[in-house]
Amino acid sequence: MKPAPFNYVRADSIEQAVEALAGSSDGKVLAGGQSLIPLLSMRLAGPSLLVDINGIAGLDEVRADSDGVHLGALARHADVLANTAAREVQPLVAAALSHVGHATIRNRGTTVGSLVHADASAEMPLILLLLAGSLDVVGPRGRRTIPAESLYIGPLESSLEHDEVAVEAFFPALPPMTGIAFEEVARRQGDYALCGVGAVVEVDGGHVRSARAGFMSVHDVPVVAELTEHLAGMSLSTQEGRVVLEAAVEHAMGALDPAADVHASEAYRAHLARVLAKRVVAAAFSDATHRAATRPAVGSEA
Amino acid sequence: MTSTETRHDVLLTVNGVPHRLNLPARRLLSDCLRHDLKLTGTHVGCEHGVCGACTVLIDGKPTRSCLVLAVALDGQEITTVEGLTNPDGSLGCVQQALLECHGLQCGFCTPGFMTTIEAGLKQQPAPTDDEAREMVAGNLCRCTGYQNIVGAVHRAAELKRDSR
Amino acid sequence: MSTQLFGEKVPRVEDQRFLRGQGRYVDDVLVDTPSATLHAAVLRSPHAHARILDIDVSDVIDMDGVHLVWTHEDLAGAMAEPLPLLIPHPALTHGRTQYTLAKDTVNYVGEAVAFVVADDRYLAEDALGRISVSYEPLPAVVGIESARAAENLVHDDVPGNVAARMEQNVGDAPTAIDAAPHVLELDLSIERSAAMPLEGRGTVARWDHDTSRLQVWTSTQASTGVRAAVAAKLELDLGQVDVICPDTGGGFGVKINHPWPEDLLVTRAAQVTGQAVKFTEDRREHFISAAHERAQEHHIRVGFDDQGRVQGLDVEFWHDNGAYTPYGLIVPIITSTQLLGPYKPANYRVRFDSLYTNTVIVTPYRGAGRPQGCFAMERTIDAIAAHLGLDRTAVRAANLIQPDEFPYDQGLIFQDGRPLIYDSGDYPAMLEKIRKLIGWDEFEQFKAEAEAEGRRVGIGLGCYVEGTGVGPYEGAHVHVETSGKVKVATGLTTQGQGHQTAFAQVVADTLDVPMEDVEVVTGDTRRMSYSVGTFASRAAVMSGSAMHLAALRAKEKALRLAADALEADEADLKMVDGSVQVKGSPSNSIALGTLAVLSNPLRYAFDKASQAATQFSVGDQDKPPVDEDDEPGLEGRDFYSPNRSTFASGMHAAIVETDPETAEIKILRYAIVHDCGRMINPMIVEGQIHGGMAQGIGGALYERMAYDDSGQLLNASFMDFLMPYVTEIPGEIDVDHLETPSPLNPLGIKGAGEAGVIPVSAAIAAAVENAEGFSITSMPISPAELYDLRQRHAEHTSTTSARPPKQDGSGEESA
Repeated sequence: MKPAPFNYVRADSIEQAVEALAGSSDGKVLAGGQSLIPLLSMRLAGPSLLVDINGIAGLDEVRADSDGVHLGALARHADVLANTAAREVQPLVAAALSHVGHATIRNRGTTVGSLVHADASAEMPLILLLLAGSLDVVGPRGRRTIPAESLYIGPLESSLEHDEVAVEAFFPALPPMTGIAFEEVARRQGDYALCGVGAVVEVDGGHVRSARAGFMSVHDVPVVAELTEHLAGMSLSTQEGRVVLEAAVEHAMGALDPAADVHASEAYRAHLARVLAKRVVAAAFSDATHRAATRPAVGSEA
Repeated sequence: MTSTETRHDVLLTVNGVPHRLNLPARRLLSDCLRHDLKLTGTHVGCEHGVCGACTVLIDGKPTRSCLVLAVALDGQEITTVEGLTNPDGSLGCVQQALLECHGLQCGFCTPGFMTTIEAGLKQQPAPTDDEAREMVAGNLCRCTGYQNIVGAVHRAAELKRDSR
Repeated sequence: MSTQLFGEKVPRVEDQRFLRGQGRYVDDVLVDTPSATLHAAVLRSPHAHARILDIDVSDVIDMDGVHLVWTHEDLAGAMAEPLPLLIPHPALTHGRTQYTLAKDTVNYVGEAVAFVVADDRYLAEDALGRISVSYEPLPAVVGIESARAAENLVHDDVPGNVAARMEQNVGDAPTAIDAAPHVLELDLSIERSAAMPLEGRGTVARWDHDTSRLQVWTSTQASTGVRAAVAAKLELDLGQVDVICPDTGGGFGVKINHPWPEDLLVTRAAQVTGQAVKFTEDRREHFISAAHERAQEHHIRVGFDDQGRVQGLDVEFWHDNGAYTPYGLIVPIITSTQLLGPYKPANYRVRFDSLYTNTVIVTPYRGAGRPQGCFAMERTIDAIAAHLGLDRTAVRAANLIQPDEFPYDQGLIFQDGRPLIYDSGDYPAMLEKIRKLIGWDEFEQFKAEAEAEGRRVGIGLGCYVEGTGVGPYEGAHVHVETSGKVKVATGLTTQGQGHQTAFAQVVADTLDVPMEDVEVVTGDTRRMSYSVGTFASRAAVMSGSAMHLAALRAKEKALRLAADALEADEADLKMVDGSVQVKGSPSNSIALGTLAVLSNPLRYAFDKASQAATQFSVGDQDKPPVDEDDEPGLEGRDFYSPNRSTFASGMHAAIVETDPETAEIKILRYAIVHDCGRMINPMIVEGQIHGGMAQGIGGALYERMAYDDSGQLLNASFMDFLMPYVTEIPGEIDVDHLETPSPLNPLGIKGAGEAGVIPVSAAIAAAVENAEGFSITSMPISPAELYDLRQRHAEHTSTTSARPPKQDGSGEESA
């Protein structure tokens, strides 16, 4: 299990990285490498060129402002997880990140790298999609922003061009009166989840104003289901609310196509998606209720 | 191929000693440590980043050395198990704790546990039992059943406090 | 006399080097030498079953840095013959072994096809990518069902895919069952798994042209076996081959098989190239080319009375031996005999088929057939209890062999060809201990409380007896140097069991020398060329006993020499802290080192010790300096060869909780009572138990080899073969010991290495069954499978709602 030979460029700038990538048809960017290197060692991937961006200054930024969380391409999962401002601005990022691999992997792996790897059983692509975030990429044609909804186009496939380098991800801030939750079931702690679900619920006076849930590992791309039309106006802490939630989740299931593998059958994955979605949406509702009570929305009269 | 493959200059400081190396890009850090620098204390258990046996500290942070290219670490500081022994040759706190608690059997996974615990105790000098387990949660051991390793995390924390 | 070390928690001496990163594992050998070591890689079959039409290596031959590429055609003489069938057995009528490199056909994904030696492993793997092989795929036989159906054959000349068929009888089980008041039938299965040590296989060899000797380092459980195999295959004299087992990163059984193809290829390549050659197996290779175990399906018919006493037990099982049978029938024979555990069915019949499949070979993995046997027996006992509405511990109590019945002859032939006679034990006392330790009697209340909260909890029990310390023999050599240091060697190897400590404890006690003066070497054929190996929980029993016997020999000689030197009667002498002393006269003593000098009549004095020795007059002036029946040197060498195995035992109990929604299974409590006779080092014994239990949890809840129908192993990585991390093992395990000494060896010890793993699947299956209320008949069990079972039982309940399923019922009454 040793990588095949490849050319290697240690880029000092984004421009240099882009230039190097442009000179090869199958070049790969090396950031954290925690997904890429095993593929190289197993010779499941054999790019002719690796462009190492680890030496590019300023790419490791973790910045939280009122808009949201901005992550440079070299921001390691561990640094994002440890950033209290980021956690404050968008708690769902940290909630999901704590499930990404083990701590040692998070020390080296980058969040942007995980977004680009586009694994439907990984946490961060789902979170970007669920929060309607975006990814900034730079290529020979300049810089562009790819909204999450058009980023994931197939299994392990993103809409980045092969000569583009992802430079920054943006996770929008948690709006007022809004709560989040994330839960997953994995065989062992730190494994890729058999199923994971995240939810964002906005409340208004103890009732749902908007709700969406995102699913990982139950489709070949991450999937987000809009639940607002089912749940708007409901309190999810009532028996009636739970019945409606069940129906809403059932509706969301229609968009999923779970696959079997050595760890779980289709039926079990679908079952987990149902169970987790109900738990997580309800948890996000109570989180929102809690947040609304402790930190009322700006401009509210309280 | 040895003769034709492009090599790259890299400066690695390992256990405080600087090494100037000229390596093929594909050389994994684990192989670089073991074969180029002859530091065979770092062990390779899976080469796909799951077992944790090859864990070393890169600028103080536990990292799988099989998931890093040596050439990508120019100018960085690496600590291996060999660097955990005290300068006078006596066992460091983590090493001593594993000895006292019978936290190892075949010893193959042990270096990865030790580097991980060494860094972990810097962040959490007095871990709870859950934190102690979490600290070593990314390392596989096939011999001990982990009970005594978790005990050793606590013992190492105690030794570190006493030595301060 | 210094403090006795036997029975003490002595810290391990080997840890000093391991903790400093100074262990020497096989891949570390020759890393730091000026002359280059070459690295090998093996091209492996991508097909489970195929005919090899052509192998083209022409793209490799001229590659820079590549020294050699071989296929079967390049091998000659014994190397071109199939690998040895290590353990022949009369019942193994159709034994087959693979070639060093595949000839004509391949029979599993991973079978060695071509071999490359290059400057480094990177280049060697590059070269593998340039070898082109054309295969004609053949239908694959995967799994026991497919093997039994025999619509396709693994080997054309093995009808029905049956390698062996074996039967043993005690009394007349079928008749006894027919006559019994109650009869149950059960089908029970265990899936394929593997030992999976963190260090894979590895071999390094160096040929010395000047002395015509081959030096081999290999990560093995049997260095003398490797030596004999390499000598035979390379057609060398045994005396030309030295094999050293260096520090080893775990074995758990998989490293007992030998020779591996790579052992032979590497040694031969070292001869041919004149350079040191190293093969270090990578993890993917370990999954597809080392060995697996455990896959068995069992059909059981049992007859019993109203108290649950078994009157007849009829077991038929099918063992998946993989593509070849190099290790004979050891695993199924162990299942067939050790299944009985601590019980005494009045009549027993066992039959098994050992079946070929197009999968990796099967050789013993820690427990070696016992986890399957224990699972089958314990599930049967639980089913009896459920059927009769009796407490599960009561049915066990009714069937236990009683303490006054030892030695107890089960009437069968064990894996070593000897009668299965249990030497000692106290199973009723053990059952009482485990009940107390887990809180058996309090559990019903806990369960009721949990259920009131909507939780599902269950309790289960697993009991076993393990034949340990099988023969034929082990030896030890004890050499007291003139420095007083005691150098000890035994031939069997060490994979982390702490032999350097435990054996030193035995020798230090026997000779009454300080522990730090004793240095133990294992698995080096230069130091002890007669040995069998480390397996079957035999190292402490066999080599521990041999150590004691060899040290006694050295002691006898020391006393004899001291008697002369001190002009005292031997009976008045004793050994004290590295010296021999006249009893009651501590100043009248002589150091062991000095006796070592005296033992070897020298003309020349080299050091202080020998100078000091010259003041004593030794021996009779009229006799030769070395007596006719004596030898120079203060040494002792002896062998321990028992009549038969000694039988350890244990009982595990588990309390689990299953998530009503996600079907995740969590172990809440785990308790173990264990009896391995007298313990040399209880710290090491507990470590073995903890580790075994963790492997057992892996086997019960996480680990399996997932083959698809075409014979591809779908989870050949640590990502998908789910060995437990600390997060999957319960935080606290209650361990209690019972010590019934073995009467068969001088130290009263029994083996402890494998025990921890044996009853875990049985105990956890019982606990899950207890939590869920339906039977668990196949292990391991994942949340997905538990979910599936729930669905099936829910359907069953809704279609047969008139009769609710029987709580805790594992079987169907057939009488």
